[in-house]
Amino acid sequence: MRMLALALAITVAGCAKQAPATQAPVPARADTNAAARSDTTPATKPGPGALSVPNADPYPSTYKPFASKPTLIENVTIFTAVGPRIVNGALLMKDNKIAAVGKSADDPAIKQAEGGESPVVIDGQGKFVTPGIIDVHSHLGVYPAPAVESNSDGNELVNPATPYVWAEHSIWPQDPQFPRNLAGGVTTLQVLPGSGNLFGGRSAILKVVPSRTVQGMKFPGAKYGLKMACGENPKRVYGNRGGPQTRMGNMAGYRAEWIKAEAYRRKWDAWLQNRKGEPPPRDLGLETLAEVLRGNILVQMHCYRADEMAQVIDMSHEFGYKVRAFHHGVEAYKIADVLAKEGIGAAVWADWGDFKMEALDAVRANMALLWKAGVKVMIHSDDPSGSQRLNQEVAKAMAAGRAIGLNITEEDAVKWMTINPAWALELDSKIGSIETGKDADVVLWSGDPFSVYTHTEKVWVDGALLYDRSDPQARWRSDFELGFVPLDTTGGTQR
Amino acid sequence: MTSRTLWFAAAVCTATAIAPVSTVAAQTIAITGGKVYPVSGPPIENGTVLIKDGKIVAVGANVTVPSDAEKVDASGKWVTPGLVDAETQLGLVEVGFGAGANESRARSEQGITPDFTSWDGLNPRSVLIPPAREDGITSVMSTPGGGLIAGQAAMIDLFGDTRAEMILRAPAAMIASIGDEGGDGAPAKGQQIAKLRELLQDTRYYQKHVAEFDRGQSRQMSTTPASLAALVPVLTGKIPLLINADEASDIQSAIDLAKEFGIKVIIGGGEEAWQLADHLAAARIPVLAGAMSNIPTSFSTLGSRQDNVALLRKAGVEVALIGNGGGDEELFNVRNIRYEAGNAVGYGLSWNDALKAITQAPAEIFGVADRIGTLQAGHEANVVVWDGDPFEFATRAVAVYVHGKKQNDVSRQDLLTKRYETQPPNYEQKP
Repeated sequence: MRMLALALAITVAGCAKQAPATQAPVPARADTNAAARSDTTPATKPGPGALSVPNADPYPSTYKPFASKPTLIENVTIFTAVGPRIVNGALLMKDNKIAAVGKSADDPAIKQAEGGESPVVIDGQGKFVTPGIIDVHSHLGVYPAPAVESNSDGNELVNPATPYVWAEHSIWPQDPQFPRNLAGGVTTLQVLPGSGNLFGGRSAILKVVPSRTVQGMKFPGAKYGLKMACGENPKRVYGNRGGPQTRMGNMAGYRAEWIKAEAYRRKWDAWLQNRKGEPPPRDLGLETLAEVLRGNILVQMHCYRADEMAQVIDMSHEFGYKVRAFHHGVEAYKIADVLAKEGIGAAVWADWGDFKMEALDAVRANMALLWKAGVKVMIHSDDPSGSQRLNQEVAKAMAAGRAIGLNITEEDAVKWMTINPAWALELDSKIGSIETGKDADVVLWSGDPFSVYTHTEKVWVDGALLYDRSDPQARWRSDFELGFVPLDTTGGTQR
Repeated sequence: MTSRTLWFAAAVCTATAIAPVSTVAAQTIAITGGKVYPVSGPPIENGTVLIKDGKIVAVGANVTVPSDAEKVDASGKWVTPGLVDAETQLGLVEVGFGAGANESRARSEQGITPDFTSWDGLNPRSVLIPPAREDGITSVMSTPGGGLIAGQAAMIDLFGDTRAEMILRAPAAMIASIGDEGGDGAPAKGQQIAKLRELLQDTRYYQKHVAEFDRGQSRQMSTTPASLAALVPVLTGKIPLLINADEASDIQSAIDLAKEFGIKVIIGGGEEAWQLADHLAAARIPVLAGAMSNIPTSFSTLGSRQDNVALLRKAGVEVALIGNGGGDEELFNVRNIRYEAGNAVGYGLSWNDALKAITQAPAEIFGVADRIGTLQAGHEANVVVWDGDPFEFATRAVAVYVHGKKQNDVSRQDLLTKRYETQPPNYEQKP
């Protein structure tokens, strides 16, 4: 029996190797030269697994929006994340998109978008609408609940440089934290590997939806991120395991990899020019780094201290790449002007600090000071509990800014959890605001989203109602929860 | 200029106008015109809190304000007792991790250190105290951790330069943990319970045979005489045994232990306590719990839900709120206890009960209700003036009094913020 299985596996593997080139994510011109092969042409064509191709997508998204009905929310205050609030406004979702936004249900734009069809109508009297919240720093699925060793798949702590691992290969779609996240209004997540390594690996961008597979959650067309980490964590993990042991060791570690990656990129880009001869050896880690150098993967870098961020910025100039956003950045406020000039985003907490030395200088006005300097600033969680209340985190950060005299409007603050994190993922043309044509990722709040008493009432992903507080029986429960977690039929809000 | 500074300036001007400089004037303060929440009674519109020599001397709508009192105009503001956080490490830990500045853990092979008097390592100058106090926290439990019995905890006021000034009650509780939190390599829960039982039995024996112990004529005991001596007040009901336990079956064990030995037990954490709400109410066992956790983080918290405290209150259990949202709530974010209260209201607790759960309830649970937790004559003048609902994010504490002294905290974070408001910073700038 065992022998049979092994034989089958070999056969399958063999077949995959000889798969026709048309199945590979390679431009068709790879084959147009087939007739003109020279003597140096290998006896067999390189299979897709041999090639290090830009923007390859070997584990493609299979996500399809859930069933939806055209839905109109009326008499509601809309925070669009791109302009002033619309009081008593209306919003139409149709065919997975935001079909129209208007001052009322009778707005001609809405009537036209309805196209004579009657949508489901929701009265939003006293309620608020925002775009779906985007959390750019999550470990859901890679550090799932329950937090047991067997499921702890977030940090590949075998080598300080593991750009070869991909978070999506660890994510457990049945993590019960996913449905809780959705209930908190989060519709898009960037799941990152942990911060124990200098290069932690590729991130995964997910729609927060039930699925049997990770592929079924993957945000179609999203670029990958590369997790990198500064400071204490890599030092601590590798200090007695061959290094890096110091911050200068950290820097040397990054630079050594970038040097290799640059050579790799040149070699492959040259080969890809005409795709002739034996391809260079493929290396999963260098492939990821080369994609960063080509601008196809976005660097998301865990960094607390201002002086370290400044070093990393110089390094990015040295090797010709961009840091998309510094994450955690508890000292980002100290170099807000530098970050603004460099066009680097800051993904930060509202008030976490003091839990280790590099978090000592956390101030609650961090977000506000960054905002004032013109930095693309966004809230992030790094925490399955905080991720459920990012609206509250933003409320704290806004209050801290107002306390030092900054005139931050709620309209400004809404951006910190919607359009700005969308920008950090380079998805701001698809999500992050309430604008016609965008994905209908929408949250209906029971009141002002910046009040401590406000709840999410309904959450739509691509126009499909996937969370409804008024219907606890219909709530998404992960496989793990069945039988293990008592069903809360009250919705938790019974007075 | 911020509205906070403006308001202070106005208050100071008023006081100066009405009360000419005198030594007595500084000792008597009248906070007038605010909506006063004494917690011990219904809210008072346009109420006055009169403070003299560090104590509250009168609270009400018709309090006669002495002419020499410093008047603080709180009209349009909310006035509450100073807030209390029932589970922190304030004063014991300076930096969470990797800085060695941690006085919260005793060392022992078995994880049993009831003789550890944690407050002997308390730092009154901790830089983490001002950020908490700026946000209206005036008293906290400062609690050791780790092991089956971590040691003794003190209830402290965030006031003064010495431990003697700070300590309201020490010990205020003995701290134990069962379940997953039972310390490094925690044994089976049954063994943890058996160990607690053995310790209490030995304490009972020790208490009756102290003289023989002193003569070295006693039987072998499970721990040192110092540890048994430290457990005597638990056995006699003088101090409670705070048992950190999340899983319902562990909470049941704690209830049983309380019955068996007739001791006062408090449940800490209590993620699944709602499942035993009626039993806890019947046994009069209070629970310290949060309102922001709903994740089955371990097999001991499968039933974790945010309306835990609301369900416990409904059953008649006394509850005090502690942080469980996962953001440094024992240290840097002790200040966020008021948001825990707000979230508890969002999940079904009444607003009044939520305020009580961060004022009077912890004071009662830890035996200091005669001194703090409510606005009553004779109590320490721990009073906070807020510019709105204290549970809301937009609200700020505009004046904080501890022992009748207005606190003008400038925290490390305030200094850092000020320094970097201009960029590049001017490092020579005088603060």
